[in-house]
Amino acid sequence: MKYITEYRDPILAKHYVREIRRITTRSWNIMEVCGGQTHGLVKFGIMDILPKEISMIHGPGCPVCVTPLNLIDKAIYLAVDRSVTLCSFGDMLRVPGSDQSLLDAKAKGADVRILYSPLEAVQIAYANPEKEVVFFAVGFETTAPANALAVLQAAHLELDNFSILSSHVLVPPAIEAIMSDPDCKVDGFLGAGHVCSIMGTEEYLPIVAKYHVPIVVTGFEPIDLLQGILMVVSQLEAGTAKLENQYARIVKSAGNQAAQKAIDQVFEVTARNWRGIGNIPYSGYNIKQKHQKFDADKKFNVDLVPARESELCIAGQILKGLKKPHECPAFGKQCNPENPLGAPMVSSEGACAAYFHFSN
Amino acid sequence: MSDHPEFISMKLQCPLPKLNYEFITLGHGSGGVLTHRLLEDIIFNALGDRLIKQVHDAAIADLNGTPVISTDSFVVSPLHFPGGNIGDLCVNGTINDLAMAGARPRYLSLAFILEEGFLISAFWDILLSIRWACQLNNVMVITGDTKVVDKGSGDQLFINTTGIGELVTEIKFDGSTCKSGDVVIVSGPIASHGMAIMSVREHLEFETTIQSDTKAVYPEIELLLNNFGDRIKFLRDPTRGGIGTVLNEVARARNMGIELEQEKLPILPEVDAACELLGLDPIYVANEGIFLAVVESSAAEDVVEKLNSINGTQQAAIIGIINEDHPGKVVLRNSFGGRRVVNMLTGQQLPRIC
Repeated sequence: MKYITEYRDPILAKHYVREIRRITTRSWNIMEVCGGQTHGLVKFGIMDILPKEISMIHGPGCPVCVTPLNLIDKAIYLAVDRSVTLCSFGDMLRVPGSDQSLLDAKAKGADVRILYSPLEAVQIAYANPEKEVVFFAVGFETTAPANALAVLQAAHLELDNFSILSSHVLVPPAIEAIMSDPDCKVDGFLGAGHVCSIMGTEEYLPIVAKYHVPIVVTGFEPIDLLQGILMVVSQLEAGTAKLENQYARIVKSAGNQAAQKAIDQVFEVTARNWRGIGNIPYSGYNIKQKHQKFDADKKFNVDLVPARESELCIAGQILKGLKKPHECPAFGKQCNPENPLGAPMVSSEGACAAYFHFSN
Repeated sequence: MSDHPEFISMKLQCPLPKLNYEFITLGHGSGGVLTHRLLEDIIFNALGDRLIKQVHDAAIADLNGTPVISTDSFVVSPLHFPGGNIGDLCVNGTINDLAMAGARPRYLSLAFILEEGFLISAFWDILLSIRWACQLNNVMVITGDTKVVDKGSGDQLFINTTGIGELVTEIKFDGSTCKSGDVVIVSGPIASHGMAIMSVREHLEFETTIQSDTKAVYPEIELLLNNFGDRIKFLRDPTRGGIGTVLNEVARARNMGIELEQEKLPILPEVDAACELLGLDPIYVANEGIFLAVVESSAAEDVVEKLNSINGTQQAAIIGIINEDHPGKVVLRNSFGGRRVVNMLTGQQLPRIC
């Protein structure tokens, strides 16, 4: 637990809180981009100990939350109607589709499996040549290298029965979309530490310059979060806008080049629909032509009726940081983790679920 | 438990008999000759002196006190895990439920649901573990049942138990006498059982193997009853759902607030690390050999000392307090003053852990 306990040190935490309080002269809205950071803020009760002038806005960085409903329906269709072995991460399986979730489909007999790594899905495909295995690949840049490796591994093994349903999304275009919204009230960002550990930090420089907004790449432990907030507030109070790296123990400015190479071999950038936000250009990954036999979307050529979202759910406004979860009329009433109306109530990284589980 | 010298010697004295069948077939559940062979050759033989055979449709249980009954089913996967197997787990789990109600465990029923193809040698090992756990806790098996399901309709072995105990106290440990200022104690480190199962299933390897904490806690309960009587107000074993779920149940049922202190929750470093790695919250992870107690604050330190002396460890701990500030809610305070509400576990965190 070394390298974790140090970042939960109460004395240091109190020091950072005092410093934030000392330098804060007016109200600031800071968005933490990543759902893991939202989870940390709420789990450790950090918003309770910040000065009231600092308002944390929870960003769209929960991949499960922004995966479009029709893609979830597609995964369910593949599992139920096409009898594929559908594999994904645990959170994804609980997200309700239009009629049911993947876990509901599993209960009714579909072959749906919870995995910790896409490479396990390749192993399942290799061991069961008679089965079609589809990995539902959700995630930001962080999970893209492992999914790319799964495709490369499947290519190496010459598998004909493995494919991935890609729902990859990218952080910088999402930040751009938030900043260009006329209702945007974000003054500064905590950048997503693990995304930057893969991609590096340089792609954020144009955003910092264009919108004159501070971005501090930040980790996930209490001390990381408090230090990141202090760095953003320092910049805001000084009227500067720079890209800074709080998470330097993990994030290098060039990122992880081996991982980037794997991504580049398999994926290309494309426009993508974000649940609750809409279409954002250049904001996702598709599988390149060269590897299209591993693209479940092309392989199964599924054409489903576009899905309809719940009319009560305000997930879009929450993901853009315009509303807090408890401002939703359905929060904790019609919508709760047992019966989620929208994805932010499902995933442990979703702002609504984090508020439900950890707040009053 | 499985490496105890007496258990090893018991296993050496009870080798698997020579048989003309190696695995369970549907015939073993027919009620005919094969069923009788399975009972005589395997089950009765393995349970040995822990079995009271009454050769009837039902058993008579002699008791010295009001009967207390608890039933449970065990579907853990895998059947064997570090620190135990489904056999000792089912005995300990049933005994612990009785102990929480203030009962001395006396008898056990065992119902086996066997899957066609299950290896007799594997069944034998589990039966010996059952016998050993019964012996350690002075419990006798008095009745049981055996059913066989087709290959694919089960997962090797499921066990249903019923425990019968005799009440040794008039005190109800249901939390009805809890009041503000009472103290919450946990008898040992949390989350070990769930993470032991999870690390086997996910093939996680650490420098130290995570062991399940499965054990019977009746001796600890007896010690507390004899020394502290009605100053003990609430007892529960936090199995599925962990301490978070159990404390929520009592907070809601008694409309009282519980405030826990994060840094006082005892947890083994390897368990803590595994929880971090898998993103699991240890307060929701299952335990099989610890219990939660709410006690009068004046007795709290002595209760912890007694628990540590009987277990030979320093791992029992005061973890929180009952208050009036937030009735019906469990709140966890961390070391730098942040607070969060601990809700009940929703959905499943880990399937088939017991």
